[in-house]
Amino acid sequence: MSSKNILLDVRGLKKYFKTPKGMLHAVDDVSFTIEKGKTLGVVGESGCGKSTTGRSILRLTEPTNGEVIFEGKDIRKLSKEEMRKKRTEMQIIFQDPFSSLNPRKTISETIAEPLKINNILKSSNDRTERVLEIMETVGLSHRLFNSYPHELDGGRRQRIGIARALALNPKFIVCDEPVSALDVSIQAQILNLMSELQEKMDLTYMFITHDLSVVNHFSDDIAVMYLGKLIEKAPSEELFINPLHPYTKALLSAIPVPSLHNRKERVLLKGEISSPINPKSNCRFANRCPDATEKCLNEEPKLKEIYNGHFVSCFRLE
Amino acid sequence: MSDNKNNKAIEIKDLTVEFRTRSGVVQALNGLDLSIEKGKTLGLVGETGAGKTTAGLSVLKLVQSPPGVVVKGSIKLNGESILEKSEKEMEQIRGKAVSMIFQDPMTSLNPVMTVGEQIAEVINVHENIGREESMQKAKEMLELVGIPGERGREYPHQFSGGMKQRVIIAIALACNPELLIADEPTTALDVTIQAQVLEMMKTLKDKYNMSMLMITHDLGIVAEICDEVSVIYGGRIVEHGSLEDIFDNTRHPYTEGLFNSLPKINDRTSKLKPIRGLMPDPTDLPKGCTFCPRCDYAMELCKTQKPKKVFRNDKHYVECHLYDEKNIKEGKVKKNEQ
Repeated sequence: MSSKNILLDVRGLKKYFKTPKGMLHAVDDVSFTIEKGKTLGVVGESGCGKSTTGRSILRLTEPTNGEVIFEGKDIRKLSKEEMRKKRTEMQIIFQDPFSSLNPRKTISETIAEPLKINNILKSSNDRTERVLEIMETVGLSHRLFNSYPHELDGGRRQRIGIARALALNPKFIVCDEPVSALDVSIQAQILNLMSELQEKMDLTYMFITHDLSVVNHFSDDIAVMYLGKLIEKAPSEELFINPLHPYTKALLSAIPVPSLHNRKERVLLKGEISSPINPKSNCRFANRCPDATEKCLNEEPKLKEIYNGHFVSCFRLE
Repeated sequence: MSDNKNNKAIEIKDLTVEFRTRSGVVQALNGLDLSIEKGKTLGLVGETGAGKTTAGLSVLKLVQSPPGVVVKGSIKLNGESILEKSEKEMEQIRGKAVSMIFQDPMTSLNPVMTVGEQIAEVINVHENIGREESMQKAKEMLELVGIPGERGREYPHQFSGGMKQRVIIAIALACNPELLIADEPTTALDVTIQAQVLEMMKTLKDKYNMSMLMITHDLGIVAEICDEVSVIYGGRIVEHGSLEDIFDNTRHPYTEGLFNSLPKINDRTSKLKPIRGLMPDPTDLPKGCTFCPRCDYAMELCKTQKPKKVFRNDKHYVECHLYDEKNIKEGKVKKNEQ
């Protein structure tokens, strides 16, 4: 793995929110890299900080601390104006195709907006041409050019979200649960579209999801988050065959498998995720962990490479 | 329970429900057949707009009218027809003989009542016992679903999503219903919490010997807790059978499509095979088979004629022109094994 292939290098990313009850550690010292043209899947349950991580990388919410190195440059050092330009290379697809589109804009207006704002194509004829081209790319028929979002179903709306993200020819896209609001048959259409686009346009994805079977299908590497911490990271195949962190094991075994054969023994977790406000400096998973020891309750484990490319933060594996 | 059909908790036949709206007649259910044997769990599987929830609501006569109209068909609960029942009589049935769990735990609890009071309310209404006693029973119910009894004094906003869903399950089970209708009970929950809730539902179902209608879009959940499966499309059951029938002897092209759209957990490289196109417009359903415009196996016949049931065994049937009595044993569709 030569370092020049790395598109995005996130180091010690932190995002804290001030709340009346104290500091909420949404993202707490997260580091990872994504290679060009690859997909990093980020999984975890509600409140684990996966979406905040995605947004912090794009500086849609300003990180509290850490470095976000995109093509060798720390984008946290960019001025507002420079950052705006940089965003043409870094885009995001949002989760909910029902609320992430402006209901008063037609589809063509929505897709043309980034081109207009960034002054990429100045004449409206050029923009129309580009919009039609992108619509074709994402499989939206031209007759929908002047339609409004409410006229369309979820699958088509998500295609608009993708089209909008692609309009500026970005290098990197954060996909924040892009298919979780869709029915399975439509979900498969969108996933296939996204992998075709990745191949065609050499895109790099950060794919945020709670659905492990989707992430396995889609990603090269998977990062598992729990309460603001990155607790395990490995190539997808490796992670599914050989999960090491007790939380990852439980998460994998909790997926309902749509088959009557090769069923796995289930690890049922007790309790629920604890509060991210003023967390103690111990293993955040310790209170639910079936194998927790005294040490886990008092000290914080660090993310370590156990073997090639497989990182885990757990005392039992040290 | 003197009649001879008393082994069925519920039996729906040829149920047709329309919503007559200004922009057209929505044909939500088009001759739905569905039955659950006592003590069994039936999974009702389909996508958004297939009519799953309307089917569930019909059983409790909760379909809003107008615009909803039951055009024809019958619904029998324990052999008794419910369509003729008055609103007063239905009140006796809802929450007592039949309970329903709704999809979204965040919005189905009353935010200004304590959790305990909300459970006690059902017991109070149906069991004819005093407030004190019903509060006591509410506490027991909370403990049954794994929440400490004292927390009954708290309000819903103090509970997490998983706990709220447990409260809703406690409310639904408070009067020992014979039939539980669960409409996507775990969709809003995280996987590890979903696993906990499903496990608990399974245990409680066995404990009280309930029958259950599990409405879901997730075939994984079906494999986990159901005995039989009905696949619904365009307001009709297109395939029905035992778990083995549906999972290992898939016959209907739509059922096949549902399976093939799912990413395979053990095979990362296989490309997903989505079902092409979209759900039909329920105000303008295709004249023949409703799945015909999206079907890879469609023939001329499918465009004009509605398919009839073809049985593979006592239980397993499919509504598809691909099959007749002779070839149903072999099967024609190809399902990728998970």
